Amino acid sequence: MLRDVEARVIRNTRLSPDYNVIALAAPDIAAATRPGQFVMVKSGRSGDPLLRRPFSVFEVLRSNNGVDGLTLLSKRIGVTTSMLFDAVEGDTISCLGPLGRPFELVDPPAEAWMVAGGVGLAPFATLGDALLARGTKTTLFYGARSGAELFYLDWFRSRGIRLVLSTEDGSLGDRARITVPLERELRDLGSRPVPAVMIYACGPEPMLEAVTHVAARFTCPSQVSVERVMGCGMGGCYSCVIPVRDDAGSESTRPAHHYVRSCIAGPVFRGDALVWD
Amino acid sequence: MGVDLSVQIGALTLANPLIAASGCFGYGVEYAEAVDLSTLGGVAVKGLFLKEREGHPPERIVETPSGMLNAIGLQGIGVHRFVREKLPELRQLGATVIVNICGSTLDEYVELARILSDAEGVAALELNISCPNIKEGGITFGCSLHGTFDVVSAVKKVTPLPVIPKLTPNVTDVASFARASEDAGADAVSLVNTFLAMAIDVETRRPILSNIVGGLSGPAIRPIAVRMVYECRRAVKIPVVGMGGIASARDALEFIIAGATAVQVGTANFVDPFIWGKLLDGITDYMRRHGVERLADLIGTIDTTSREKQWISS
Repeated sequence: MLRDVEARVIRNTRLSPDYNVIALAAPDIAAATRPGQFVMVKSGRSGDPLLRRPFSVFEVLRSNNGVDGLTLLSKRIGVTTSMLFDAVEGDTISCLGPLGRPFELVDPPAEAWMVAGGVGLAPFATLGDALLARGTKTTLFYGARSGAELFYLDWFRSRGIRLVLSTEDGSLGDRARITVPLERELRDLGSRPVPAVMIYACGPEPMLEAVTHVAARFTCPSQVSVERVMGCGMGGCYSCVIPVRDDAGSESTRPAHHYVRSCIAGPVFRGDALVWD
Repeated sequence: MGVDLSVQIGALTLANPLIAASGCFGYGVEYAEAVDLSTLGGVAVKGLFLKEREGHPPERIVETPSGMLNAIGLQGIGVHRFVREKLPELRQLGATVIVNICGSTLDEYVELARILSDAEGVAALELNISCPNIKEGGITFGCSLHGTFDVVSAVKKVTPLPVIPKLTPNVTDVASFARASEDAGADAVSLVNTFLAMAIDVETRRPILSNIVGGLSGPAIRPIAVRMVYECRRAVKIPVVGMGGIASARDALEFIIAGATAVQVGTANFVDPFIWGKLLDGITDYMRRHGVERLADLIGTIDTTSREKQWISS
């Protein structure tokens, strides 16, 4: 059920000079959130910026009392993300959600390969937990500029999620874009009896486009979580549209397409449904 | 004290003066999880052409202080799919449906009006003759007094529904367009649509919107919209539906006191889809505080008489 909550900041952890994880007391939203869904956050009461910003729910916080709240993984870029970076315990932040279409989960013997670029890690903590709860073998491919911007590695590792890392400067994992190890492992799969693999991806759009091309080359299904400039998150404004194929499977370089609202038709789409513009 | 919030737009009675603004509320059904649509005075659905429309490529919106620019380009499912796929659900939800129609030609407005007059569950037609974001039709009617008169009278001839032309503020004298609408038989006018505007990324020197220009909405435009509603109220006898940056009960009351019979809320609904109950509570509270039993008695009650300065002696 949709809710708008004036959520108290439980804690705010700075991970780097740009990244933070902010915990919000929004238990009802957290309890209703499915992996891949998002919340719309409003910074302060001023008219600049006027609109909310979308954030994937990063973690659902649980204790003996049940669900306590949720966290957001944020990278400081604009006014809202700066507000999230600077917020302190006890502040309140307006939080609307849960919104959007979640990831579809896969069951064993299929494996799940999650591919994250930078702040695109955000939906994969809840997704990883949900997959592990079904016994699905799960790998996280995670790329960033440097090792200092790869976060929560122990969190994922301790749950039994296999990590494959890459950095642009080579300080951790492959010195490459994350699609390089992804492609290598897909190629390696070729020679052995294949458990089907579902690829999940979230990150900058050029990365998502590259991931969907790699997935298509290996005839591997994929689901990607996109982020477009979003006005409302509810399907009201038609700003966050993304082109999808009229008829999935067309061979032309830019197939016939139409715009759909990524807030309600997404943010998660089948990788082969999107037309990259 | 019980208060009567109902208002009259031609033959149409609205339960209260709050209408969800066209282009800001999808087809209404998107918001059913946030608000009981039957509690709204009306729901003005996203502008419809006869056919489906693709709209502009992204970027389609950009924020400016206390406002936003949009150039969506009237993406839409077309009237036939609307009648088939959305109207039954709106009917079931008890919404008072105001259908916003857009045409490239006069004949298209007439055809849309015919189709919607035959459909079950349409309460009124709002004529979009003011979208600043598309080249063909619409605004070419809305920026010409003759065009406005012609499209309103042509639509009035073919429909028994109340007809409400939605006026653009991008003209020298908006009141003359309200008069042309009244002369053509309009049941009301609604205003303002957005102000033509633009925003540039100075680093790249590129316009932010793919359409280069877009329409400005939000609290930034409210004082100009209030002035225009006030001018129109003085120029015509038909009801004026006011809109432009309403984000609180106080803002809605400002329009009503300036002369609006009903008000539309758009951009604020993006920020707070639960705003409707808060607006109704705020208006009701105001009426109780001021001893106003019927909202209709508040319309246009702005007091512009000059007054002696009141000096308080100590």
